[in-house]
Amino acid sequence: MAKKVHLTPMLDELEKGPWPSFISGIKRLRDEHGDERINGVANSLLGQLEHSYETRKGYWKGGTVSVYGYGSGIIPRFSEVAQAFQESREFHTLRVQPPAGNYYTTDMLRQLGDSWEKFGSGLVTFHGQTGNIMFIGTSTENTQHFFNEINEYGFDLGGAGPCVRTGMSCVGAARCEQSCADEMRIHRTLLNNFTDDVHRPALPYKFKFKVSGCSNDCMSSIERSDFAIIGTWRDDMKVDQQAFKDYVAKKGRQHTIDNIITRCPTKALSLNDDDSLEVDNRNCVRCMHCLNVVPKALSPGDDKGVTILIGGKRTLKIGDLMGTVIVPFMKLEDEEDFEALTELAEEVIDYWAENGLEHERCGEMVERIGLVNFLEGIGVEVDPNMISETRTSSYVRMDDWDIEAKKWFDRKAGQKKAS
Amino acid sequence: MQGQRTPIESGCPDGFQYMHPTMRKNYGNWAYHEDPRPGVLKHTSRSGEAIYTVRAGTQRILDVLTLRKLCDIGDQYAEGYVRFTIRSNIEYMVADGNKVEPLIEALEKEGFVVGGTKNSVAMISHTQGWLHCDIPGTDASGVVKSMMDELIEDFKGWNMPNRVHITTSCCQINCGGQGDIAINIQHTKPPKINHDLVANICERPSVVARCPVAAIRPALVNGKPSLEVDEKKCICCGACYPPCTPMQINDPENTKLAIWVGGNHSNARSKPTFQKLVAAGIPNNPPRWPEATAIVKKILQTYKDNARDWERLSDWIERIGWPQFFELTELPFTKFHVDNWRGARRSLNASTHIRF
Repeated sequence: MAKKVHLTPMLDELEKGPWPSFISGIKRLRDEHGDERINGVANSLLGQLEHSYETRKGYWKGGTVSVYGYGSGIIPRFSEVAQAFQESREFHTLRVQPPAGNYYTTDMLRQLGDSWEKFGSGLVTFHGQTGNIMFIGTSTENTQHFFNEINEYGFDLGGAGPCVRTGMSCVGAARCEQSCADEMRIHRTLLNNFTDDVHRPALPYKFKFKVSGCSNDCMSSIERSDFAIIGTWRDDMKVDQQAFKDYVAKKGRQHTIDNIITRCPTKALSLNDDDSLEVDNRNCVRCMHCLNVVPKALSPGDDKGVTILIGGKRTLKIGDLMGTVIVPFMKLEDEEDFEALTELAEEVIDYWAENGLEHERCGEMVERIGLVNFLEGIGVEVDPNMISETRTSSYVRMDDWDIEAKKWFDRKAGQKKAS
Repeated sequence: MQGQRTPIESGCPDGFQYMHPTMRKNYGNWAYHEDPRPGVLKHTSRSGEAIYTVRAGTQRILDVLTLRKLCDIGDQYAEGYVRFTIRSNIEYMVADGNKVEPLIEALEKEGFVVGGTKNSVAMISHTQGWLHCDIPGTDASGVVKSMMDELIEDFKGWNMPNRVHITTSCCQINCGGQGDIAINIQHTKPPKINHDLVANICERPSVVARCPVAAIRPALVNGKPSLEVDEKKCICCGACYPPCTPMQINDPENTKLAIWVGGNHSNARSKPTFQKLVAAGIPNNPPRWPEATAIVKKILQTYKDNARDWERLSDWIERIGWPQFFELTELPFTKFHVDNWRGARRSLNASTHIRF
């Protein structure tokens, strides 16, 4: 390469040590890639990054870049120090929705890599924090070309800005025995119902769907999503008593008591004298701990469904919020069940779009207006599974107590009749 | 925009087409799993078929040449089917158990790190930092690389009482999310305002609305419409910077790292928990941030020595109490650890439950 190579004494320190180095990777693009454009972009990027390391400041600014027909999916980046680092002056990221569950063939990864080196920097991340494939670094013009090419073979942009964002689902039924739901179907049903809201930001702020197949919640959906769908079951958990006894025989009683029996959050487990396991299923909260310890002996029940929580988010603006249960249990088997799920999501998003303030997450709106007003807005009845304790403040008006109590008894009677 | 191509709004692609045939065939029919060795999972279906997974850590910011190398390994030693975990590890799935050892060997030969399963220190989830973010207080990839260099044996082995998820974030918005240990930027001074630029760049009412403590108000400065910050009220969160970059919050000296512990996404045993502050004022010290790594290592070692099997960091602290946590880790407990945000009284001890 004839051009001047930026010196990177600080970044070079990150080539030392046993963990794979991203700096070595960018240098490979600079020194070994066959395309001079990519060599130049990598050199320029390393120069700017070294400058950041020296001065301890970032030098990218946003802007407006999108592809034709969309208003979302690109993170525009223009360099504030472009004069010194010309070739990475425009360095936009494309957020691309991965296949649900993040499955790829090596052929598909190669195809994506080939398209990306035609138009981009050659740097990519599987995946960003929201769950997108992050194609990091291309010019305004090539953003469109790259999108056109991958869109032809089945990939579409994800969300950025105040819109429905790319979803996430765990490995789930494809490989995990704890899965209580068809995560991929839930993920795709919801996301692809809101495609318009992904591509055209018109909501108060971001809205995230995340799907976990069980309450281990590997997708952190309660903490990190506005709409969390988590697999669960409502009949008895399954116990293979012989397998459990084998486990006790191998590990010992003390281990079993210390690591399984006494760790149950609702004291629903008991070790029988013959080393079989007794489960108080009525008081099991499906926390997954004992199933995690002895997956060979303990499994979810057969009557599977999902729990739905609304309003998880991080700090900005009012502080961290966990999601809140709004549907304790919902079957998700046939077409009708999935339609009911989609309708609920539409109700939630519509109500929030109408009532949320600018830059206010759904959970923040619930905090501001109260859960009951929100539930009335989306047409969901209150349920004691939605709370961890009842009201402690007596400063409240309860004028319609009798009417509300009657509603509860009528609903209970209806449920009894239905079952 | 004549002649422009209309996008195909295909949304989220179907994962089945890229899924290993054994996984497709046994979808929803898995019976149990075993952990033959760190970094390897074996799932057995009710049909009797099994699938092996080999998990490897990478540099996350992948160059296409490295991506191709990972694909080559997948074609030569595995069966051409991969996926990525939420923490950006690559997973190779093979139906033939005999392929596992040669696959591990091939990955390790190329410098990838096999591990990250069960009670290991998982790959640190991270954000973009100086490489790509518009509001980064620090770099993420560099912090993670430096830290993983030191934690690599705990990634490769099952050394911890339970799994440990570490996260990093380059600003207080915390895109890195909740972790058993989180290393996040904490700004320590209010933003410095470039009053010449505010009127041209910022939509002032939305900047005012963005402040969590109502410390920003419109003002005329040197005859120009601008914004001013009540510096006594300001919590230095940086929330005004994204919508108004002339309110520069990043600063080479006053941008520090803070460490939080006990965030846990899982419902196993206890309900999910948020991470809590344990250390702050740590120098933002590129290229290798040794001060932050030293504290993380100290916390990990203490947790490893003292926690019981299956206790996540949050479970362990819940059992031993905060006074003991600070005693064991030798970190200072200060007035800044006492929360004063909304609902903070719930975090105070309203009992006589005290360990002596």
